[in-house]
Amino acid sequence: MNISYGLENIWTWLITLIDRLFCRAGLPYIFAYTLEKIIFGVALLVFISISVLFLIWLERKVSAHMQSRLGPMHVGGWHGWAQTIADMVKLLFKEDIIPAKADKWVHRIAPIVVFVPSLMAFLVIPFEKNLIGQDLNAGILLIFAFSSLAVLAIIMGGWASNNKYTLLGGIRSAAQMVSYEIPLVLSVLSVIMLVGSLKLNDIVEAQQGWHWFAFTQPLAFMLYIIAATAEVNRTPFDLPEAESEIVSGYNTEYSGLKYGFFMLSEFTNMLIVALVAATVFMGGWQGPKWLPLPGIIWLLLKTYLIVFVLMWFRWTFPRLRVDRLMDFGWKVLIPLAFVNIFLTGLFMVVFK
Amino acid sequence: MDAQKYLNEIKGRFPGTADAALERIKDGVPALLCPAPFLFEIVKYLKAEGFNYLMDLCATDYRDSLEVIYHFCALETNVKLTVKVRLDREKPELASITPLYPGADWQEREAFDLLGINFPGHPDLKNLLLPCGWEGHPLRKDYSRKPDQYD
Amino acid sequence: MTENTLKDKDGFETMYLNMGPQHPSTHGVLRLGLVLDGEVIIKAEPDIGYLHRGMEKLAESRTYQANIAMSDRFDYVTSMNNNFVTALAVEKLLGVEIPKRAQYLRILMAELNRVVNHILFFGFFAMDLGATTALIFGFREREEALELFESVCGARLTYNYFRVGGVSRDLPAGFIEKAGNFVKMMRSRLKDYDDLVTGNVIFQDRSVGIGRISKEDVLAYSLSGPVMRASGIKYDIRKDDTYSVYREFDFEVPVRENGDCFDRYMMRMLELREALKIIEQVLIKLEPGEILAKVPKIIKPPAGEAYVRTESPKGELALYLVSDGTANPYRLHLRAPSFINLQILQKILTGVKVADVIAILGSIDITLGEVDR
Repeated sequence: MNISYGLENIWTWLITLIDRLFCRAGLPYIFAYTLEKIIFGVALLVFISISVLFLIWLERKVSAHMQSRLGPMHVGGWHGWAQTIADMVKLLFKEDIIPAKADKWVHRIAPIVVFVPSLMAFLVIPFEKNLIGQDLNAGILLIFAFSSLAVLAIIMGGWASNNKYTLLGGIRSAAQMVSYEIPLVLSVLSVIMLVGSLKLNDIVEAQQGWHWFAFTQPLAFMLYIIAATAEVNRTPFDLPEAESEIVSGYNTEYSGLKYGFFMLSEFTNMLIVALVAATVFMGGWQGPKWLPLPGIIWLLLKTYLIVFVLMWFRWTFPRLRVDRLMDFGWKVLIPLAFVNIFLTGLFMVVFK
Repeated sequence: MDAQKYLNEIKGRFPGTADAALERIKDGVPALLCPAPFLFEIVKYLKAEGFNYLMDLCATDYRDSLEVIYHFCALETNVKLTVKVRLDREKPELASITPLYPGADWQEREAFDLLGINFPGHPDLKNLLLPCGWEGHPLRKDYSRKPDQYD
Repeated sequence: MTENTLKDKDGFETMYLNMGPQHPSTHGVLRLGLVLDGEVIIKAEPDIGYLHRGMEKLAESRTYQANIAMSDRFDYVTSMNNNFVTALAVEKLLGVEIPKRAQYLRILMAELNRVVNHILFFGFFAMDLGATTALIFGFREREEALELFESVCGARLTYNYFRVGGVSRDLPAGFIEKAGNFVKMMRSRLKDYDDLVTGNVIFQDRSVGIGRISKEDVLAYSLSGPVMRASGIKYDIRKDDTYSVYREFDFEVPVRENGDCFDRYMMRMLELREALKIIEQVLIKLEPGEILAKVPKIIKPPAGEAYVRTESPKGELALYLVSDGTANPYRLHLRAPSFINLQILQKILTGVKVADVIAILGSIDITLGEVDR
């Protein structure tokens, strides 16, 4: 599909401009390339921070309206749009407390370790065909690899805080994320089998013209949504930070900006799983031909649909218990994922 | 009154038991004043007779003596019975009925805490409502608080 | 602090987890000392007394009417029921006859407060299991009921509405209509509750079969109220040892058999419906009349003692009152249902998971104000 509109045109124009300028100045291409990537990275960071701030605001508004409340209404004027910004500023000014008996360095590093991998995953997501950090051959694999690093940070935070509640939260999260990563990857595996490529752009293009994998692979899509909810620790799988049981889980002892990082990473992760769902199962940046909107708009619309569903889950369901959670992961999701892979393979052998 | 039957039975079995000052309890629930050494046996007998529900256990300081009051109820027949025990104020000791009615556990601890009644036979008799190491028993009438930093 | 010397079944070290007194879901300042093997509880020890205000001692230096005001603070969720039991006990000592309208108003308020308590239970129990929306739903309806209370007595939490011999104020204009609307609204909202929480698979998974209390344990531990009836013992003081004019009203005493968290939850939901039924009947039966009997200005009951039992939303709320003929009670002892129901925790918490601790504690429905007094 050739799209002659969209944000990628501006981006390709900018790249060409930089390339030419550097060429005129007689500098090697590597400098131009580096500059382009830096610009893209900065733009991505800005996009992520704005999205996350928006997501937090959205979460509060969605939850409020589901509970027949109004949510934030004052800060900033229109429906409290500046509430999260105000909250972030407040977090910036809060005292940074490190518990006396904490493992100080691990305690300090954990918020960084949780945030960086969740940013890295954005690099391979195609916002439009050419609007992509790096179209890696192993794109989807890289996303899962980075998102599984988050568990490390959560265990670090839980352990280093030297608190029994954080320790329980860390252990719960380790068990949960390790066991839900398997159905997550397995559910995408059937799509990869059909496409024959790990490249996200290939997966998007395989879904041209409403052949969304959400329709052709409904079981995989459902498994993915469930496992992704667990992967980002949201209700009904929010055991690592179950407020009514273990206070706030692994981030109980964090305050100020470090706590803010944990919160930001939670929403960044949610954004990633929604982006991946939109890309892999819902046609990515492709939209209907009769409505020529930029691809990034289509992608974000789909993403926010998934995000809304995740929020819907959160404000509807109670929380699972830890042993039932494991049962559900290992005894229901993983067998179903294998069945799905088997059926897909059978289908491929029979019909191709 | 159905419960009167049990009262008479108990009076026959355990010499020294007498009706408590009946006029003091309103609503006509019969009361039994029982000597402290017999309490455990009498409660055991009552439980066997169907008084399966301990409604309440509390104690009162009457200046000259301490009184422990048990309110029993037989849920099936809805017969109620009150048992009272008078105790010496200096060295109040009364057999614990927690082995018979586990629900008496905290109520006995409360009486121990607030009125200083000792319940030998209680599995874990220690402070319940007051902080550890509190001196005196607040619900006794002659209790006076020691002045603290706020006075 | 308790020294943790317990070992788990393989002989490894266990963890002592101090849950509370500052914890989001111990319903106040309850402290639970938990010995954990991983997430499994080996031993649980509830520790109370963090909210002990010495109310039984305070009562001895207050007049009888002031004690009714103080009784609001016993269990601050069910203040009307506390008022009720205190007023009943003093009246029993005095031997006064209460006007009919006052009796009806008392029952109306007590049942409305039962509705409020059970709505709150619904919200908090769902919240304990992680369903946040239910809490807000509960608070939304509670607000309506509190406005009814406010229009009657000017207060939203500590009503001080009952007087020795009757009630303090008559109903304001339009109250009956508003209360009728509230009952209708509550009925439709109960359907919402069932849709959101009761039928939810995860909710049932978390509550069915958890924290089972047997009939024998109920009797042994003197449990009362919905906790008792959830285990299959059909005993409601309003029916079986009736007081006030409850015998004039037609209502069921619901019973469930299993005695697990889900049944205790269902008990409240069923009782809520029965309470609405009683409210409707009261609203029909109300007739104009006196609301306060003739009692002396300074209440000095003759020397004697009275033990009065009532059915509060939490269980058997009873008052043991001793008078020595002066204007202040000689001894006031409250049989607090939360206090006695809480004892069962030591027994049923063994062997469950940390998450179940919260579910079980929530299903027993305690108010620490009443536990510690």
